[in-house]
Amino acid sequence: MRARRAFRQSWHYLLLAAAAAFFLMPVYVMLVTGLKPFAEVALPRMWHLPQQLSFDNFAAAFNVLSGNLFNSLLVAILGALGSAMLGSLNGYVLSKWRFRGSNFVFGAMLFGMFIPYQSVLIPLVRFMQEINLYGGLPGLILTHIVYGIPITTLIFRNYFATVPTEVVDSAQIDGAGVLGVYRYIMLPIAIPGFAVTIIWQFTQLWNDFLFAIALTEPRHWPVTVALQNLAGARVVEWNVQMAGALLAALPTVLVYIILGRYFLRGLMSGSLKG
Amino acid sequence: MGRKRKDRLGALALLLPSAAAIGVFVYGFVGWTVRVSMSDWRGIMPDYTFIGFQNFMTLFQQDRFQTNMWNTLVFTVAFIIVCLLLGLLLAVLLDRSMRGEWLFRTIFLFPMAISFVVTGVVWRWLLNPVMEGTRLTGLNLLLHEIGLGALASPWHMHPTWGMLAIALAATWQLSGYVMALYLAGIRGIPEQLRESARVDGASEWQIYRRVVLPMLRPVTLGAVVILGHISLKIFDLIMAISPEGGRGFSVEVPAMNMWFTTFRGLRFGRGAAIAVILFVMVSLLVIPYLRYSLRREVER
Repeated sequence: MRARRAFRQSWHYLLLAAAAAFFLMPVYVMLVTGLKPFAEVALPRMWHLPQQLSFDNFAAAFNVLSGNLFNSLLVAILGALGSAMLGSLNGYVLSKWRFRGSNFVFGAMLFGMFIPYQSVLIPLVRFMQEINLYGGLPGLILTHIVYGIPITTLIFRNYFATVPTEVVDSAQIDGAGVLGVYRYIMLPIAIPGFAVTIIWQFTQLWNDFLFAIALTEPRHWPVTVALQNLAGARVVEWNVQMAGALLAALPTVLVYIILGRYFLRGLMSGSLKG
Repeated sequence: MGRKRKDRLGALALLLPSAAAIGVFVYGFVGWTVRVSMSDWRGIMPDYTFIGFQNFMTLFQQDRFQTNMWNTLVFTVAFIIVCLLLGLLLAVLLDRSMRGEWLFRTIFLFPMAISFVVTGVVWRWLLNPVMEGTRLTGLNLLLHEIGLGALASPWHMHPTWGMLAIALAATWQLSGYVMALYLAGIRGIPEQLRESARVDGASEWQIYRRVVLPMLRPVTLGAVVILGHISLKIFDLIMAISPEGGRGFSVEVPAMNMWFTTFRGLRFGRGAAIAVILFVMVSLLVIPYLRYSLRREVER
């Protein structure tokens, strides 16, 4: 019995290890390519380990992409903070101040996170041109804040739904108004909710490509657009592209590894079951 | 004015900025796009001359757009089926394993933290189409080195099945997510249910087949909707793997066609028509699911 069980367990681990190899394969290629000196880089030796360690490729990639990495950082942080702020207000109202039609409003907001953004792109670009925010980062940040409202509202609505209504009621009896309850009751207990929301939005905004390519001019490009452009251009060597890809992935992967618990909760709330 | 009433108005006032923003940026803009889709707008200056459904008719007769739709279909079917099967398999394996769950889960899920563009740039090199000779590289080289050279493939450059290679990269990115959904679903099943089946003499395999799988149906439904709407919208990934959409649009999808037609070709009317078609397809998939989820929530 125990032997059979051990046998079955080893089968499980064999399959799991094979799957892990599949998931790690691109990381392996990025790492070994990035760590080779220029002289050692050759496509036929793509899978070989470096014989000498070097950060040439990362230095070269960072040289090309540093400005773009900074743009991404700015957009992702400000966009995440802005949409989290709005989402917490909406989530509070939609869970604790329900009114006739509030479910409809919630559903209508939620739908905004599923639409293909191509269907708003032409008006969006025209609108940004009209209000003189086309081409730079403020317009992109504003766009991310607005289209971030659905998911942040969803996360906070589910989060605040777990707060007992009695807490709100007793605060009201003590004389707190709508904003007072939000400021003194909800905000202090919403820290984990903010962590989930901001981490999720940071990741999403850092990884965005479509809004960025539609709304920004080359010198304001976030890293995703710059990287895609490198890959298409064929002037930049593939090893530098690989190192660039790793640099572009690093911030969100670090967030994922260090704050995985919060990331996972953001991920699961996207599937509508908070 | 009573305090209760004042509070209610105050609450609505907090909601108003977001509701207005979504009203304009989602519903207003989609309406605007619909209007553009029925116009003859070509070139930089807007032109809202109404031409009815002419842009749509042109599209449906076009070889290019038909190829786009076929590509989306091939991609969607392959991507969803493989993601569901792989995700379920990994979830069951993790559920049955005693140690290392955290490590494996972290490895399977990390692609969710990175962008489609990064995935695309790396997979573009893994999917190098050279099939033999000294310029062999990427997966084809790896296959040769482990003696499976016969499996070498032109990948995304294959004239008919290039989309399957794109689906491979997308599966790499998203099957971990499906795994997480299934694992949460499995963990949500009361242990007594499985225990009583065990007492009745069911084997572990039978328990999964008869008890666990049927209870995972809502998870599967949710996963299909989420994967489905991702695959209808897929854009970044292909723009990074094959920025021109392949030879003869062999890996181009509607979302890319919209981009090229509108912002490179400056055919705004036709581009908007593609966007509207995309919007309708996604809505048909998502709205019933949203209604179902929200109603189920009310019942709880």
